[in-house]
Amino acid sequence: MKIPYYPGCTLHERALDFDMASRECANALGVELEELPVWTCCGAVFPLTTDSVMDILAGVRNLAYASRMGDKVVTLCSFCYNVLKRSNKVIREDEEKREKANLFLKADTDERAEMESYLEQDYVGQVEVLHYIEMLRDVVGFDKVAKSLKTSLKGLRVAPYYGCMLLRPKKEMEFDDPERPTIFEDFLETLGCDVVDFPMKAECCGGFQIVRDEETAIACSQTVLSSAIKRDADLIITTCPLCLYNLDRKQKEMAKRVKGFTKIPVIYFTQLLGIALGIDEEHLDFSDNYVDPRPVLAGKKLV
Amino acid sequence: MEHRIGVFVCHCGTNIAGVVDVKRVAEELAKYPGVAYSTDYLYMCSDPGQNLVKDAIKEHGLTGVVVSACSPTLHEATFRRAGAAADLNQYRVEMANIREHCSWVHRGDKEMATEKAIKIIKTMIEKVKQNEALEPISVPMTHRAMVVGAGIAGIQAALDIANAGHDVVLVEKEPSVGGHMAQLSETFPTLDCSQCILTPKMVEVSQHPRIKLLTYCEIDDVSGYVGNFKVRIKKKAAYVNRDVCNGCGLCIEKCPAKTASEFDEGLSERKAIYTPFAQAVPNQPVLDRDHCIYFESGKCGVCQKVCPVDAIDYEQKDEFLDEEVGAIIVATGFDLYPIVNIGEYGGGDIKDVVTSLQFERLLSASGPTGGVVRRPSDGEIPKEVVFLTCVGSRDPEGHMPYCSKVCCMYLTKHAMLYKHNEHDGQAYVFYMDVRTPGKDYEEFYQRAAEEDDVLYIRGKVSKLFEEDGKVMVWGVDTLTGQKVEIAADMVVLGLAMVPSATATELAKMLKIQMNQWGFYSEAHPKLRPVESLAPGFYLAGAAQGPKDIPEVVAQASAAASKVCALFAEKEYHREPIVAWIDEDECAGCRICISVCPYDAIEFDDEKEVARVQEAICEGCGARIAACPSATAQQRNLTDDQLYMMVSAALED
Ligand SMILES: Cc1cc2nc3c(=O)[nH]c(=O)nc-3n(C[C@H](O)[C@H](O)[C@H](O)COP(=O)(O)OP(=O)(O)OC[C@H]3O[C@@H](n4cnc5c(N)ncnc54)[C@H](O)[C@@H]3O)c2cc1C
Ligand code: SF4
Ligand code: SF4
Repeated sequence: MKIPYYPGCTLHERALDFDMASRECANALGVELEELPVWTCCGAVFPLTTDSVMDILAGVRNLAYASRMGDKVVTLCSFCYNVLKRSNKVIREDEEKREKANLFLKADTDERAEMESYLEQDYVGQVEVLHYIEMLRDVVGFDKVAKSLKTSLKGLRVAPYYGCMLLRPKKEMEFDDPERPTIFEDFLETLGCDVVDFPMKAECCGGFQIVRDEETAIACSQTVLSSAIKRDADLIITTCPLCLYNLDRKQKEMAKRVKGFTKIPVIYFTQLLGIALGIDEEHLDFSDNYVDPRPVLAGKKLV
Repeated sequence: MEHRIGVFVCHCGTNIAGVVDVKRVAEELAKYPGVAYSTDYLYMCSDPGQNLVKDAIKEHGLTGVVVSACSPTLHEATFRRAGAAADLNQYRVEMANIREHCSWVHRGDKEMATEKAIKIIKTMIEKVKQNEALEPISVPMTHRAMVVGAGIAGIQAALDIANAGHDVVLVEKEPSVGGHMAQLSETFPTLDCSQCILTPKMVEVSQHPRIKLLTYCEIDDVSGYVGNFKVRIKKKAAYVNRDVCNGCGLCIEKCPAKTASEFDEGLSERKAIYTPFAQAVPNQPVLDRDHCIYFESGKCGVCQKVCPVDAIDYEQKDEFLDEEVGAIIVATGFDLYPIVNIGEYGGGDIKDVVTSLQFERLLSASGPTGGVVRRPSDGEIPKEVVFLTCVGSRDPEGHMPYCSKVCCMYLTKHAMLYKHNEHDGQAYVFYMDVRTPGKDYEEFYQRAAEEDDVLYIRGKVSKLFEEDGKVMVWGVDTLTGQKVEIAADMVVLGLAMVPSATATELAKMLKIQMNQWGFYSEAHPKLRPVESLAPGFYLAGAAQGPKDIPEVVAQASAAASKVCALFAEKEYHREPIVAWIDEDECAGCRICISVCPYDAIEFDDEKEVARVQEAICEGCGARIAACPSATAQQRNLTDDQLYMMVSAALED
């Protein structure tokens, strides 16, 4: 089965490990992630202005590309998912913006001769934006995932971290209860892990504040980490490259600031899935992690 | 007949006159064919206004009247009475609604509004020209009322009607009467014990010679119309023969099966055969088969063995009773908004985060902790307790948009009672506004803040979570702009009041209106607050909207007095605006029988024609639209009249 795939900029640059692990896992589950032949940055932040259509065009353009390939598009980064899903909702529900956006898309087409026919029909929101975890649950099925597992993760205490963008705003994302989400718990149970439920699982990691106000961002991240550490988590999983950056890379600063700070590995959820599916470690690539997860995994005889 | 119609244009203060040129309207209509008199006045519904109508009828020999003012639901009855007082048949008085249908929606366009008002009035003049002089239809009435729901609202309404000399059937779905008030500890603003003021009334309804109390029963079906309802009631199988059970309680004592007590909001256990609480009325147990070992495995049977009077009957089936009543009061009360919907406060998973009703049970002398506040997780007495108002209320984005009205007051009561128990404890209340609009309420709140040192913090709490055996409270004090973090021992949620679980289903069965949240709608928000728009149905208590006990009781007594006013007449007088049929023209196709929602049409097999039962017909018009030979007509709304009205509206 082939599913259109929108990697987004980060998975093409910094988070190559996430991209690779996710493709490998999909293959092992009989799904081919078919990257859109042409795509651009989604814009990374969904605009708060409501009177302009320009700000959502980047997202809509990518969705229009996807509509040529199928009725779904899968993505991984929380920011991409947030922007694509919300832009899609605007196109589905706001007639005026839909019309305007399509006029822009048509103008585009004329400029790009090679893409000439990419919009044979208007883009009206016909594509379903799926997060990879939704693909696992709804397209592949957690039961099939369970049947494909090669390695038992029993005894590994994993804390699922959601962050903000995947879940909020609730009415637009329609993904899970933003205050008490459970989809990653269900996923981890499928993998046979011991799920560590921790109260900070849907709190903010500091996000983009890391470039403007490092103190605040690090304080946020540290609250998240210590909450999981306190509940004896072995590692944390996430689906957002920015969350991973704040939670993993910034442990260096935290260690400097806080006496006796214990480090905890933070990895992408598909890297963990890869281990359970018996995928070769080098295809999961843990080399980029600041806190190396391999000692913890080796302790449980998983690598 | 020569038409001599009077047109009376009301200013409604500036409501109409501020938008519509009322003088011009009156002048224009004076020229309209058939109009003998036309005038305008500031408040037509006032005494001088009504006299204007009466005098004009006599002076100008009017044959019909069009009062051009507000909606007929507001003042049709007023002006019909005025007409009748001047010897004009009341059905020759009509309202032209130039307020709701015109001035209120066309502010800012005087010219257009004036034109439209003229057209609206012309249509009604055309109607009135052909109105027949009718008399109300008199139908026999059952002078017996039904009250659904036996919380304090239902109990009060039943007692008032019974004490006025009418029989009452009181139907309650739970095994005992009392409703939520029975669960409360002490009541604001006087702090008298809820049980002490309620239980005497509970006993009174059960012993009143004019009240037939049906507990553990539900409404199964309702037919008929005001004055003559037929109600089918399902008496749920209790597996206890109530005619012989003497309430000794042996069965309860010996029953080995336990489950969470609904009455104690899950804070204690009850047996599978149980009465909800010690003071339950009636004091006879019911057997809950979902938790009974006998029903699960065929073993046990202990209750049957120990019962000294052989009252236990495992074969008992649901029974159905038919009752005839003339009026129905709906008093089905409220539930708390489900805690699972509040994810940010743990959705019910944090043990020491309790609902307000759970806290009532913890405060209650008859509660699971004997009135000492102990936290559910470890039974310790909490030293820091945080109370949250507006949980699920006043939150249009996430939950309910309305104010639940009583939570500010009961949380203040909670904090106060907690402080009376634990002098060295600290009580915090996070609030959006403290709303105390009732007699002695503001003083009560002041007392809590000043004498009992309850700390009020203005701001919302964003998150509750467990940490080291405490409930962490993340909030904000919006008056200082500071973030507030409290490590509390216990948190109490002032959850929104929502209509009780079966309210919607019941409303559909009774065909009464609800608002979008499922609270029953009153006929008029100010002037008819205890009547439903559907004739014969009355509303009492929290089922109509959030309210506290004093308001509930006042409303219940008001509903009872409305029922008594209805019963004051021997017969019920109905509107004669019903369907009729020309028997010579009827083809006997029976189509109208299939469309009538009220089963008001009978078929005369001998003559092979349909016939309207005037006592039942609601005048909805369905059959008139359905009749293929156009022989079915509505009185004072004939095809001819409608044709003339439409023509008047479309004329240039
Ligand atoms: C925590 C808390 C504390 C409070 N403290 C105070 C206080 O101190 N002072 C004060 O004045 N007010 C207080 N109130 C408000 C008070 O509880 C209500 O005003 C009052 O109980 C409402 O009475 P009711 O009869 O309308 O509804 P309810 O008490 O809800 O009674 C409704 C009855 O109808 C029955 N019923 C429901 N559906 C059906 C059906 N389909 N068929 C048959 N029967 C049905 C129910 O079983 C119930 O017995 C408090 C409320 C709460 C939540
Ligand atoms: S033992 Fe028999 S008589 Fe006594 S309460 Fe139970 S059912 Fe009633
Ligand atoms: S009564 Fe007070 S707590 Fe309850 S909803 Fe209204 S304002 Fe909020």
